[in-house]
Amino acid sequence: MLLQDIWFFLWGLLWAVYFITDGFDLGIGSLMPFLGKDEDSRKVMVTAMGPLWDGNEVWLLTAGGVTFAAFPKVYAVMFSTLYSPLMIILFALILRGVSLEFRGHIDSPGWKKLWDTCLFLGSLLPAILFGAAFANIFRGIPFDQTAVFQGNLFTLLNPYGLLGGILFLLLFLIHGANWLAIKSDGDLHRRAINTGKVLWPILLAVAVIFLGATYVSTPLYNNYFNSPALFLVVLITVLALLGIRVFLGSNSPGKAWVASALTIVGATFFGVIGLYPNMYPSIINPIYNLTAHNASSTPLTLKIMLTVAVIFVPIVLIYQFWAYMLFKGKITKDDLNYEEGY
Amino acid sequence: MEALFLSRLQFAAATIFHFLFVPLTLGLSIMIAIMETRYAKTGDEVYLKMTRFWGKIFLINFAVGIVTGITLEFQFGTNWSRYSAFVGDIFGSLLAIEATAAFFLESTFIGIWIFGWKKLSAKAHAVVMWMVAGASTLSALWILTANAWMQHPVGYVLRNGRAELSSFVEVITQEFAILEILHTLSAAYILSAFFVMGISAYHLLKKQHVDFFTRSFRIALTFGLIFSIFEVAEGHLHGADLAKKQPAKLAAMESHWETGPNAPVYMFALPDEANEKNAIEILPLPGALSLLATHSTDGIVKGLKDIPKDERPPVLINFASFKTMVALGMYFVLMTVIGFLKRNRLTESPGYLKLMLYSIPLPYVAIELGWVLAEVGRQPWIVYGVMKTSEAFSPLAPSQVLTSLIAFILIYGLLGAIGYYLIIKHAKKGPELAK
Repeated sequence: MLLQDIWFFLWGLLWAVYFITDGFDLGIGSLMPFLGKDEDSRKVMVTAMGPLWDGNEVWLLTAGGVTFAAFPKVYAVMFSTLYSPLMIILFALILRGVSLEFRGHIDSPGWKKLWDTCLFLGSLLPAILFGAAFANIFRGIPFDQTAVFQGNLFTLLNPYGLLGGILFLLLFLIHGANWLAIKSDGDLHRRAINTGKVLWPILLAVAVIFLGATYVSTPLYNNYFNSPALFLVVLITVLALLGIRVFLGSNSPGKAWVASALTIVGATFFGVIGLYPNMYPSIINPIYNLTAHNASSTPLTLKIMLTVAVIFVPIVLIYQFWAYMLFKGKITKDDLNYEEGY
Repeated sequence: MEALFLSRLQFAAATIFHFLFVPLTLGLSIMIAIMETRYAKTGDEVYLKMTRFWGKIFLINFAVGIVTGITLEFQFGTNWSRYSAFVGDIFGSLLAIEATAAFFLESTFIGIWIFGWKKLSAKAHAVVMWMVAGASTLSALWILTANAWMQHPVGYVLRNGRAELSSFVEVITQEFAILEILHTLSAAYILSAFFVMGISAYHLLKKQHVDFFTRSFRIALTFGLIFSIFEVAEGHLHGADLAKKQPAKLAAMESHWETGPNAPVYMFALPDEANEKNAIEILPLPGALSLLATHSTDGIVKGLKDIPKDERPPVLINFASFKTMVALGMYFVLMTVIGFLKRNRLTESPGYLKLMLYSIPLPYVAIELGWVLAEVGRQPWIVYGVMKTSEAFSPLAPSQVLTSLIAFILIYGLLGAIGYYLIIKHAKKGPELAK
């Protein structure tokens, strides 16, 4: 049904927007021990995400909320079968959020170190686990009609799952480094650009391996072979990936960030398009697959939700874009000196 | 211990903890917006100092509130998958709308408020806090409408093994939702008012920053007085509505066993559930329950004996929560009325100030007991009259839930302790004198 397909696409889009927004927050957080060599650098790094991370995180809540509203069966089975990784992601995001707020309240190096460690773990773990979770979804999750997960957390850390985790981590690290390069100058700026240059060949290698492993471990390419025009998505993603390196080379972090954003969007849609119409496939037997067509809400709900989305998502995009514009440019001394800041 | 029990404990722990922080966000955001608007309009620097002092405390509280909210959205799916699949058509949409219409607004604008002081005019920056206040209120509207649907499901049909939406308008305009929203928001405002008054009292007792904290106290006092009085009146309407819509909850919260007219209210009772009566009954007010529930002493109030045993909520916890909450509600009226009478000579009223300082936790107790009543009073139903809690939980291994429950208790315990430590530290320190 068209409504279900529209919502399938919107669902993918919400995840993509989450990954390109909170993705750079998670990236910067994961880079804290490496680029945050002193308090001044760390202060710049948290201020780079400061005004935006909370609004960015809401894309995750919306993606989850939309899964619940439009595809309740998928929400129910996905969230309960992925219990362990989701709980870890949850605690990590909780730590990430409070670390940013708490770190500035006591002027002691020990205090700040505690919260910066929590910030690091709270950023690193979700980055890896989101990648692992999605890779496992592409591959198929071991569940049947009882909706009980057959296995444990380590079942998800199979080679393909781990590969997905590493891929996401690298994408977010580079995306975060690019954002940091946009916001910083001097030595930190230089090191952020360098980080992107150093990580990029690793990303390229992992991406190529991932594309191959996807062919071996998942049925994702079937949709592509059936409609070869879809390979355009892969092409655009690869071009964006190459663009990252080109723009880092020309010291244009803004363009590099757009390229890394496009790479992330492309990678997300590569997966989502390959999944279609499945949303939560079972590796035990495809008859248990949850699809956009067998797991959705009623047409009435989908219609109401679509009306809400059509009205509110553009409004959200407008004021979030305004927020991004308000805080554009390099971080200044003023930005670093707010009492309420991080 | 099985997965159902552990999941219930976990949901209770997560929600009770989250709701330590939400009410203060709801009420304090409005008070800060008022303070900042006064600064923007008058240029009086004291209002700016007030904005930033209370703002710092607000942000600590806000952060813990936000992150613990993520838990709840996840938890419907992780621990209550059968519920989610059953009600997603209705409940899921309300949550998704909450995220789209309210969470985005709140989270985007708080970032602008924290970091936008030098980028926006004083007036624009004040508007930003109004956006945060408006957005958190909007968020409350949606989630309380969702909870109201669990308490009194409307606008749905049972089809295809689940609840399917038949009328969205009915869901979002039903009286139960309106009463629940008014009740919860008022409670949040009372809590915020007593929080500000209590901290202000601390400084007024020490006669420090007297002008600053007198102004803070009086803004909060207006809030507290209006909503304490409103809450008692509205609470009555909300409770009376239960007679029609959740008779089992009403019977449990009043420990009322025998159906009939002239139903009494007991100031205190000890239920003897096994024998379907009260072991102890103290101070019955004859006819009072009938009067409160049906506006006539002849009104018939259903007793627990006429509710099937497997549809009765537990009695003592609901009775105790209800009576304590109401007693506290009356106390809040009393204390705000006294405050109003003493508003021009607060520093000469150390006894009152001391009481107000110690009263800070009381609205927290009242509001959590209110939720205990709302949720435990609905048992054994997760959707009243439609789905039992025991049919709703996820098929997880008990060890999984036990692990996450322990993690919640530890992490939340630590975060709560640290968060409140920081809040108390800032509160005691008071505003910066010169800048």
